[in-house]
Amino acid sequence: MNQEKRVEEFSLEALRAGNKAEFARLVEAYSGVIYRLALKVVEDPQDAEDVLQETFIKAYRALPNFDGRSSLSTWLYRIATNEALMTLRRRKSASVANTISIEEPSPNEDNEQEPIQIVDWCCLPETEMMSAEARAYMEKAIETLSPALRTVFLLRDIEGLSTQETAEVLNVSEVVVKTRLSRARMRLRELLSEYFGERAARRSTPEGENS
Amino acid sequence: MSHQNCRHLLGSLSDYVDGELADEVCAEIDRHLEECENCRIVVDSLRKTIYLYKVTSGPPSVPEEVRQRLYLSLDLEEFIERKANSEMGKA
Repeated sequence: MNQEKRVEEFSLEALRAGNKAEFARLVEAYSGVIYRLALKVVEDPQDAEDVLQETFIKAYRALPNFDGRSSLSTWLYRIATNEALMTLRRRKSASVANTISIEEPSPNEDNEQEPIQIVDWCCLPETEMMSAEARAYMEKAIETLSPALRTVFLLRDIEGLSTQETAEVLNVSEVVVKTRLSRARMRLRELLSEYFGERAARRSTPEGENS
Repeated sequence: MSHQNCRHLLGSLSDYVDGELADEVCAEIDRHLEECENCRIVVDSLRKTIYLYKVTSGPPSVPEEVRQRLYLSLDLEEFIERKANSEMGKA
């Protein structure tokens, strides 16, 4: 998964000076990860495209003042995550007047979830776990997480950022990152166990072998 | 006692699978897992959950038309063709 981590081989000097060729290289290198993240946070291709464009427009404008304290990738992820969360906030305020902050976990996510599904489904063949239907279910499962938990999970487990990098992107402490990651993972584990557990049970009964 | 113990360990399992716990806490969980099948299942399925999301997330990519519009919005039209050219060069 770290194959996606890019070596930072950009000339900060050229980027700060507004060199277009260098900026195009940066766009080429990071647009894929930024788009993937945006798509999973906002769950809509048009909104994700807007987030992608806004991210690089803002980055280009801000580059002359980029101080290099965080890495370029962390910095880009931060702009993109803020854009994506802002999109969700706008969408929410456009639909209903809702005062719940999207940056905080919802109240029922506040406590550590106790495992309810204790089913061993790890024996299922990978082809079954990675079927189109299973993938669609997994996507839906992510969507049930609050934006606060979802962004931490995506940055840590999909984008492969470290706890420290994720904390920098979201401007929260490392303890908060770990707590949210734990809640997100435990919640997803619960949902996947529900889904795959049923399939594992079907497999182990003789009737299930024919279906 | 063991159920009480399970509950107490829950919040640490995510750090446990990342190998980010202090040695003594890690050893405590290892000991507990040896005797508690339910917690073993929770840890295994937690690991599997993370693994599945990692392997199914797919490579980072942008649909070509989205990429073209991105370059236009950034006033980088002159660099749009770079990828296409380099791919053609390979063929």
